[in-house]
Amino acid sequence: MNKTGMNKTGAEIIWESLLREGVRHVFGYPGGAILPTYGALARYDIQHILVRHEQGATHMADGYARASGGVGVALATSGPGATNMVTGIATAMMDSSPIVCITGQVHSKVIGFDAFQETDITGVTLPITKHNYLVTRPEDVAPSIREAFLIARSGRPGPVLVDITKDAQQGSCLFDWEAAAPRQPAYRPNHTAAASDYEKALELIRASRRPLILAGHGVLISGASRSLKTFAERAGIPVALTLLGLGAFPASHPLNLGMMGMHGEAWVNQAIQEADLLLAFGMRFDDRVTGNLATYAQNAKKIHIEIDPSEINKNVQVDVALIGDLMEVLDVLLEDLQPVDSAAWLGHIQALKGDSAVRDIQNLPDNGHLYAAHVINDLWRETRGRALVVTDVGQHQMWEAQYYHHEEPRSLITSGGLGTMGFALPAAIGAKFARPDAEVWVVAGDGGFQMTMAELATLAQEKIKLNIAIINNGYLGMVRQWQEFFYEKQYTATPLLNPDFVKLAEAFGIRGIAIHQRGQVRAAVEAARQDPGPVLLDFHVEQEDSVYPMVAAGADLDQMIRRPNPIVETAADA
Amino acid sequence: MRNTFVVYVDNKPGVLNRVASLVRRRAFNIESLTVGPTDQPMVSRMTVVVETDESGARRIESHLYKLVNVRRVDNITFVAAVSRDLAMIKVKATPETRSHLLQLVEVYRARVVDVAPGSLIVEITGTEDKISSLAEVLRPFGILEMVRTGRVAMARGEKSSTEGLAELAELQPAAPLS
Repeated sequence: MNKTGMNKTGAEIIWESLLREGVRHVFGYPGGAILPTYGALARYDIQHILVRHEQGATHMADGYARASGGVGVALATSGPGATNMVTGIATAMMDSSPIVCITGQVHSKVIGFDAFQETDITGVTLPITKHNYLVTRPEDVAPSIREAFLIARSGRPGPVLVDITKDAQQGSCLFDWEAAAPRQPAYRPNHTAAASDYEKALELIRASRRPLILAGHGVLISGASRSLKTFAERAGIPVALTLLGLGAFPASHPLNLGMMGMHGEAWVNQAIQEADLLLAFGMRFDDRVTGNLATYAQNAKKIHIEIDPSEINKNVQVDVALIGDLMEVLDVLLEDLQPVDSAAWLGHIQALKGDSAVRDIQNLPDNGHLYAAHVINDLWRETRGRALVVTDVGQHQMWEAQYYHHEEPRSLITSGGLGTMGFALPAAIGAKFARPDAEVWVVAGDGGFQMTMAELATLAQEKIKLNIAIINNGYLGMVRQWQEFFYEKQYTATPLLNPDFVKLAEAFGIRGIAIHQRGQVRAAVEAARQDPGPVLLDFHVEQEDSVYPMVAAGADLDQMIRRPNPIVETAADA
Repeated sequence: MRNTFVVYVDNKPGVLNRVASLVRRRAFNIESLTVGPTDQPMVSRMTVVVETDESGARRIESHLYKLVNVRRVDNITFVAAVSRDLAMIKVKATPETRSHLLQLVEVYRARVVDVAPGSLIVEITGTEDKISSLAEVLRPFGILEMVRTGRVAMARGEKSSTEGLAELAELQPAAPLS
């Protein structure tokens, strides 16, 4: 690495700065306005992964960040290169994922003149970034990138975009890393909760008889899984998880209840409605989690531990807010935490579980059909629950959340807040670069997979080992389910005429296997695991299966649509 | 109700856009927004008036603090404060109406800052109500043009709302990462 205090071009300073921020992988796509930066790359020890679409680069950076806990980096040119990043940036924003996106911009002298491939990308991304920069001088490159990393990963993490003009990349200046230290006087991401609020919280916990912990993504971001476990065990309080919180608490733990919300377990939603105290840890009471706010957990006092003050009282009014880093707050609470008398409450929740078990598709006799739940459950068994699973968006995402039992933090990566179809494959590629030793599985629907399947070429070119399970039901399944429930089974624009995914994989030099029966699932999963190269498994599942239970949008949390019992024969059976 | 925020921001390009965009994105409607320099060279001061309820006001305040360039937000809605709007009103004036107009200007403690054969420009400073009232009184004479600055506001008393801002205004390394 070159010493600081030397004259360098803006392009060189970009790479020098990334190296000093610990970056080893960059996901990108070249083009005119970013070419000076690409021209300097060969001199630096950073691996560039060539994507097939810039959206893929942002999802890869996102997957990289979520798998590692570090910052992911995506690189693109101006204009269409930058606008293609928008979906990935918005995805990272909604799920508090720290990524830094660097885009080339046209020469500073022609900004505002509608130059070729000019887009006001800082204007476009203003509402979907935590912060962004337009850099027009080489002197500002290093300070902007340093600040970008600081802002992306501190406080509530999020995406930061740095747009750098071509002349700022080409021009030279003195590079001094020390002098480029972040200077943002107004940026104060760290908060400390007041001592009186701690006392109030402990008071509420002491007085509770039906307490429930709601653990979200913040547990993982803060690295607070161990503190959460100690907290739950010492107090004897059961834990429900949000979709993005899965893995924050071991699925096999006796106090684990499972996922809450729209497709959460029935007993969890029932317990939330009956609780007398909710402890919200790093979650934001999203509408998919609360259902109808007017009837949400009306019997419960609420304690909200959250790093972002703007989340307090946003959706749900709380009794005590502890603003700060979750792990720090939990560790302070642990000093005075006493066991709660919750035996009767835990027994009651156990009874609620019984009713759901008889409806579980796993417990129904095999009728010869392949159900997605079986596929996920077998995948879980075969991988011993130790895989890093990256899911797309839709029915398969919910089935994965229900039937793959995550034991470890950061073992599930999925697009929650934005619900971005096409997320899984590129995010998994990014995750694999972050954790090369992890067994990475993509679980995607046939619809979403086709949105970003061009990244199969990236997979092949980079020679990455990961496996892909397509839950193929020939429909945009979740939308079909809504049409079944709420639009009189008018399956408008949801049936899919799919390519042959096995042949498609083979066209990229990737092995593909089609699976039609339950008996074939485990062997196929095992074959994929044993293969040194990537394998795509195309699971042809029951076409009109639905995700149960379901809380209709805006309905009360305990008003769930339950799985019909016995399973109703569908049109496909005829 | 009308909430008045005094917002101290970095004096940098694009910051006005960030503040306005944030308020719009969160589905609030800005009634008025003024911005100008302060006695600190690095800091600009905005007065933002937004129609919302108490919880909406709290949300705006906490969201504003998330902007990297926002240094401080004071909601002075319930604080004893002086608030002023400035307007210039160009009104038709004939030899017959001119003296009547001047009387009205006197009553409102406004000032005439331009006189032309067929018109006057009246400058008035005061609360929004007072200015609106003058505008109504002048309307029958024929208002040719009117411009208003929007509200600027300052809390009463010797306590300085810029207190502590000086140290904030100095460039300091951001807080270390935990």
